[in-house]
Amino acid sequence: MSVRNAPRGTEPRGTPTKLDEFGQIKGRSPWRWSRRSNRTPWVSILIIAVVLVLPALLADVITVHDPLRGVLSDRLIPPAWEDGGSWTYPLGTDKQGRDILTRMIYGARISLSVSTLTILIGAVVGSTLGLLAGYFGGWIDRIVSWLIDTFLSLPNVLLALVIVAAIGPSFVTIIAIIAVTIWASFARQVRGETLSVRETEYVARARVAGAPSWRILARHVLPNVANTLIVLATLLVGVVILEESSLSFIGAGIPRPNPSWGVMVADGRDQILTAWWVSFFPGLAIFLVVLSLNLFGDWLRDHLDPKMKQRG
Amino acid sequence: MTPTNPSLSQADRQSGSAVLEVTDLKTYLFTRWGTTKAVDGVSLYLYPGETLGIVGESGSGKSMLALSLVRLTPEPASRIVGGQVLLGGRDLLALSEKQMRDVRGKEISMILQDPQQSLNPVFSVGNQLREAIEVHDQNLTDEQAHERAVSALTSVHVPAPEERLRNFPHQLSGGMKQRIVGAMAMAYQPQVLIADEPTTALDVTIQAQYLRLLKDLQTRTGVGIILITHDFGVIAEACDRVAVMYAGRIVEQAPVAEIFDNPQHPYTRALLESRPKLDSTATRLRSIAGQPPSLTDLPEGCRFAPRCEYAIDRCQREYPPTLSMSDQHTAACWRSEEAPWANR
Amino acid sequence: MGKPLMVVEGLTKHFPVSAGQYGGKTIGHVKAVDDVSFSIDQGRTLALVGESGCGKTTTARLVLRLRTPTSGRVTLDDRDVHQLAGADLKWFRTCVQAVFQDPWASLSPRMRVRDIVAEPLIVNKKMAKDEVRERVGLTLEKVGMQRWQGDLYPHEFSGGQRQRVALASALVTEPRLLVLDEPVSALDVSVQAQVMNLLKDIQADLGTAFLLISHDLATVRYVADQVAVMYMGSIVEMGDVEQIFKSPQHPYTKGLFQSALPMHPRDRVDDLKIHGEMPSPLDPPSGCRFRTRCNQVMEVCTQLPAVTEIETGHTVSCHLYPRAL
Repeated sequence: MSVRNAPRGTEPRGTPTKLDEFGQIKGRSPWRWSRRSNRTPWVSILIIAVVLVLPALLADVITVHDPLRGVLSDRLIPPAWEDGGSWTYPLGTDKQGRDILTRMIYGARISLSVSTLTILIGAVVGSTLGLLAGYFGGWIDRIVSWLIDTFLSLPNVLLALVIVAAIGPSFVTIIAIIAVTIWASFARQVRGETLSVRETEYVARARVAGAPSWRILARHVLPNVANTLIVLATLLVGVVILEESSLSFIGAGIPRPNPSWGVMVADGRDQILTAWWVSFFPGLAIFLVVLSLNLFGDWLRDHLDPKMKQRG
Repeated sequence: MTPTNPSLSQADRQSGSAVLEVTDLKTYLFTRWGTTKAVDGVSLYLYPGETLGIVGESGSGKSMLALSLVRLTPEPASRIVGGQVLLGGRDLLALSEKQMRDVRGKEISMILQDPQQSLNPVFSVGNQLREAIEVHDQNLTDEQAHERAVSALTSVHVPAPEERLRNFPHQLSGGMKQRIVGAMAMAYQPQVLIADEPTTALDVTIQAQYLRLLKDLQTRTGVGIILITHDFGVIAEACDRVAVMYAGRIVEQAPVAEIFDNPQHPYTRALLESRPKLDSTATRLRSIAGQPPSLTDLPEGCRFAPRCEYAIDRCQREYPPTLSMSDQHTAACWRSEEAPWANR
Repeated sequence: MGKPLMVVEGLTKHFPVSAGQYGGKTIGHVKAVDDVSFSIDQGRTLALVGESGCGKTTTARLVLRLRTPTSGRVTLDDRDVHQLAGADLKWFRTCVQAVFQDPWASLSPRMRVRDIVAEPLIVNKKMAKDEVRERVGLTLEKVGMQRWQGDLYPHEFSGGQRQRVALASALVTEPRLLVLDEPVSALDVSVQAQVMNLLKDIQADLGTAFLLISHDLATVRYVADQVAVMYMGSIVEMGDVEQIFKSPQHPYTKGLFQSALPMHPRDRVDDLKIHGEMPSPLDPPSGCRFRTRCNQVMEVCTQLPAVTEIETGHTVSCHLYPRAL
């Protein structure tokens, strides 16, 4: 919010208060950690940027090795700091002689693109259905609610296995499979919010003004539902990455030799005790990214909400 | 300057007969945008069996004042940072949280504005009433607790109390819910009852009934009531003395008739004049220009000065002391002695 | 004075109450509005007064076409409001606008003020962008705000200012009738005065008629020309504001005045004339619905009273007045 010559409302100003001035306070002093929990989660953001986003964007530029074809004579070389390792392959190589680090960087691209596309599709389809169901009610709502309940109870893994067994794994397949389960989460949330926004006085006023339904949905309902939508999307990125990894691990996701992190973990499964680095590093990447996304999503939710409840 | 409790006369202070004595209470909120001085040096007193009205608009700090008296201010954002609250001689601010829990509900109790929010919708009324009763006396048998609940409802004139105990909040009207909340608050016959806008959410015809009920409870138990409101009608109906609150401080205190007949602070006068009167046919209402100051960014001098039609230079520079007009009537205004409004 | 601007005849709205898991069975009806009739003249103010549950809000919603009536008619310039469609409907929307009670909930949080104010204009008329901007600016000034404030969002304003924005949004199409649903109840006392003065100025300036919904008698006295008192869905008394305030006839109206909180401690009354609470709307008393709380109740009150005109323009629905005097 920029500060202008505005009427004296609730423009934020001043610096945060120091605690020391008020020594004679009785009772607990949890004020400190509440302040900390409201701080921007820079570490999470950094991790997301460095482990997921930057590699995905810059993969072609920053890598030296070929992620898909390896040098067979350089199989299973340990990471650089171990005995037998070298800095040519900083994190070691897998059993086909492919550089782990390079594959992880390309893997980031896969994770990011799969999750972005899936969530985009899921969000658009889910939100639209949720909006329509919540606003119009009646038979639209009954059908959509039934669809939501059904899709949310689908066993994704089984479904994925069956479909992949039938038509073989591919990018498109896995995006479709995950999107099919994700849209219902969006729809449910958006429907619930729409139900409550529909009853507000500002929607009543728009109806009195004569605004047609599509305009009310677009200008009054959707913007007010968007907040939680963004938070949900952020939190679901982690879920999608995990799901893609799991499906790839069991062979029902990204087809080999593409270096999805899940595929990489699966590849190292047999050598877990001898060549631990093959599974460990992609597994670590999955863990760090998903954790950071969750923390970031939580912060986003807290950060976006209270502003809305500010009173003039 | 720290005003001591100016309206409490020497003799009164010595006899110690006031049941509640608040001195220079300060409650601040700490946000990332600065410190909000919601209650900034409030002093008042209350005798048994009397009703003190605290009147103010939104942003005056009156609700924070109510919460501060029972130490229920929202944490960790807010903190009582100074002052004394003597209940029967004991400083509530010096107690530990455990000790305060014994006092809260038993010796000092509170009714909130919205009965919807005070009652839990998933439990029956009887359940909640018994809980309020049992929290301070663990040794009651089920039967005894039930008896007490029934008599609590009878004391607030709820018809068919046995049946009401089985009802859930959504089955009852607003007025009924407020009575039950009142019964819960009075279950242990506290010395002081704080009612924060208890009638605002009620219908017109129920409001007067409810205030009568409070009066009735007061006559029977001698409880002292602090009634917080923005409505002068409530003040006129139910209060013995009045304190007017503006921007975190009390600007005027007086017995109820005096506040209406002879207000000595420009803010009080302006508030009274801006009410539409049932019996007059004025064509224009007098309103107050401007808005209350932000409690995060308070001016040096009198806080009402920017909006006051009688403000002089001194008002902007120095905060006025609390001056006594007469026994019991005080106002914090540099011009109250001259009373430039007298000839209007 | 001529023909009235709006006429409401026999307006009735029943809400079915259903039971069962999927809302199948209808077990009864809530008669929220029951055979209500009144008219509003050009440029004048009619107030609907009553407590919560009396049906005044539902009546307002029916007038605004936010709900459809079970029976009865609402006409504007002799045209049935609920039969309008297409271009006629747009005409209606430009003629009748509303301001609602809660300033914190009646403005879209994510729209700028100027877009909120412009909306009724944009959806009903085709106008050039600068024309719209000009009108919005003018209207903001009319309600005592400044043009640049249109760039801000609702949460940057106080309650009183938000009501002004709501008012501007309602006035931008220059409506002939403004429905005001408790426009000042949620505001501070000193701000109420500001907004009420503003309403009177606007009526004088633009000649807009007002339908004012309120439970506060003092506000009504200040703003209204005519008053209709409602109880449990029906109008029990109606007349000029002076008639109602100086000589109320219906026991409920009298009780309302007496229950009003006093203006001064010396005006405290000992005996409240209305006791008890409003009966459940699912099971209203037969005949006169007020009879369970009336201190002048008679045997005949179990039958519906007729509407009697006790003086010109002043009607009562009560068995105490069986014939015109």
